[in-house]
Amino acid sequence: MIRYSQVTPKHVYLNRRQILAGGLAALTLPGIAQGGTKLQGVTKSKYTVDEKMTPYDAITKYNNFYEFGTAKEQPAELAKDFRTNPWSLSIEGAVAKPQVLDLDAIMKIAPLEERIYRHRCVEAWSMVVPWIGFPLAAVVKLAEPSSKAKYVAFQSYYNSKQMPQGKYGGIPFPYVEGLRLDEAMNPLALMVVGLYGETLPNQNGAPLRLITPWKYGFKGIKSIVKIRFVEKQPPTTWNLSNPSEYGFYSNVNPEVDHPRWSQAKERRIGEIFKRDTLKFNGYGNEVAALYSGMDLRKNY
Amino acid sequence: MRPLLSSKWAKVFVFALCLMPLLLLGWRGYRQDLGANPIEFITHATGTWTLRFLVFTLAVTPFRKLLKLPELIKFRRMLGLFAFFYGCLHLTTYLWLDKFFDWREILKDVEKRRFIIAGFTGYVAMVPLAITSTTGWIRRLGGKRWQRLHRLVYLSPIAGVVHYYWLVKSDIRQPALYGFLVGILLLYRVAVWKRLIII
Repeated sequence: MIRYSQVTPKHVYLNRRQILAGGLAALTLPGIAQGGTKLQGVTKSKYTVDEKMTPYDAITKYNNFYEFGTAKEQPAELAKDFRTNPWSLSIEGAVAKPQVLDLDAIMKIAPLEERIYRHRCVEAWSMVVPWIGFPLAAVVKLAEPSSKAKYVAFQSYYNSKQMPQGKYGGIPFPYVEGLRLDEAMNPLALMVVGLYGETLPNQNGAPLRLITPWKYGFKGIKSIVKIRFVEKQPPTTWNLSNPSEYGFYSNVNPEVDHPRWSQAKERRIGEIFKRDTLKFNGYGNEVAALYSGMDLRKNY
Repeated sequence: MRPLLSSKWAKVFVFALCLMPLLLLGWRGYRQDLGANPIEFITHATGTWTLRFLVFTLAVTPFRKLLKLPELIKFRRMLGLFAFFYGCLHLTTYLWLDKFFDWREILKDVEKRRFIIAGFTGYVAMVPLAITSTTGWIRRLGGKRWQRLHRLVYLSPIAGVVHYYWLVKSDIRQPALYGFLVGILLLYRVAVWKRLIII
C-alpha cells in the first residue's frame, strides 16, 4: 500500500498546475475545494443506501465547522491553509494500550472501506455521502479498554491562531463529543478519513473525523486529536452550550422536535421540498436495540 | 445634496436601488449560484433585507433632522413599503418552499415556535401600515389618527430582531448588530419624546 505521506496532496499538484498556467488558472479556479488525494485500496462496504449521492461540490461547500466560521461557505474558504500533516492522535484513558498515532499509523488502523450513508443535520437538512474510513470498533480494539471504560470521549484540534473565527462561534472550543462504549462498538460508527474516493477536504474535518449516521451531524466530531476512554458520561460541546436543545444522545428522531423547530422533515440538499425524516435516520435495524427501554424524549 | 434629492429622478433612482437585492437574488438564482441550499439562501436573503429596510425606514426621521435634510421624508413611505415587500417574499418562501402550504404544519409552527410567532407578529404589524400608506388613507383617517396607527412601525423591527435572535444557534453577531441599530433608532425617539434632544 502506498504511504499517505508519499502522495502529493491535491492542492499541491493543483498549485503546480496553477503556477504553470500562470494567473489564468488561479482566476478560473477560485476557491476550489482543497483536499482530496486519491485513496488506494478502498473496498466497497455492504453499508450503502440506494439514494442519489449529494454532489461533491455541495458536500465540500456547505459545512458546519464553527472553528472556521459559522456561515456554511466559510469553512471551505478559511480552512484552506489548515495543516493536517503532521497530525497526531492520542488514544488514552482506561485502556491497556494507550498510544499516539501519526497520520500513516491512523490510515493503517484497519482496511479502508467506502460506505454511503445518509447524513442528517440537526438543522433539518440532509445529504447522502460516500465516506471512506474504518469502523470505530477497530480503534476500540486497538486500545484494549479496561472494565472501567464505559464511554468514549473525543476532542477536536483547536488553535485560535489557525482558527481565528472560532471566537465568534458562540460555543466553547476545543470541540468535544462522546459516545457510550456500546455505541462506539456499533458497526455503523465510522472513523472517516475520506469522501468520494479521496482524503477528506479540510472543511469536512480532515484528517480524521467521526460519523455516526443515526445521530445528528454535530455528533460527528471533526479533526480529532484525542480519543479518551472514560468511566463517566463525557461532556459534549453543543450540550454544554445549550443543554435544553442538544442532548448527549442526539439520535435522529422525527418524533422529538428541537425546541425551536420541527425535526419531522428534512430538506435533502439538491431538492426543493422537504421529505420525511426517518427514525434513527433509517438505521433503526442496526441501532434501535442500543436504546431499548430508554425514554428517547428524555434522552434526546 | 439638496438639488439631487429634490430632482424628480431621485425617487426613481431610489426605487431602482431598492429593487437591486431582489434582482441580484434572481440573477444568482438564474446562474444557479445560490449555494448548496438555495431555499435557505433565499429565506435568509429576503429576511435580512426586510430587517434592513425596516432599519432604513426608521433611520429617515433622525437623518432628516440631524442632517437638516427634510427632503428625505419623500423616501420614507417607499422604504417602508419595500420592507413590507421583502417581508412578503420572506413569508411566501416560508409558506411555500419551506412548508409547501401544509397549513396544519404551519399552524403547529405558529403555535409552538416562538421565533415564528415573533416573525409573524412583525409581518402582521406591517399589513395595516402598508394598506393605509396612501395619501387617500391619510386623508380618510385624518393626520392624527393616521400617525397614531403608524406608530405600529416600531413593533416590526423589534419583532424582527427577536425573530432573528431566537433563530440562530449560537453565533449572535448578526441579530446583535440589527438589535443595536434598532435600539439606537428607537432610543433617539425616546430622547425626542422626553425632550432630551431638542431639534
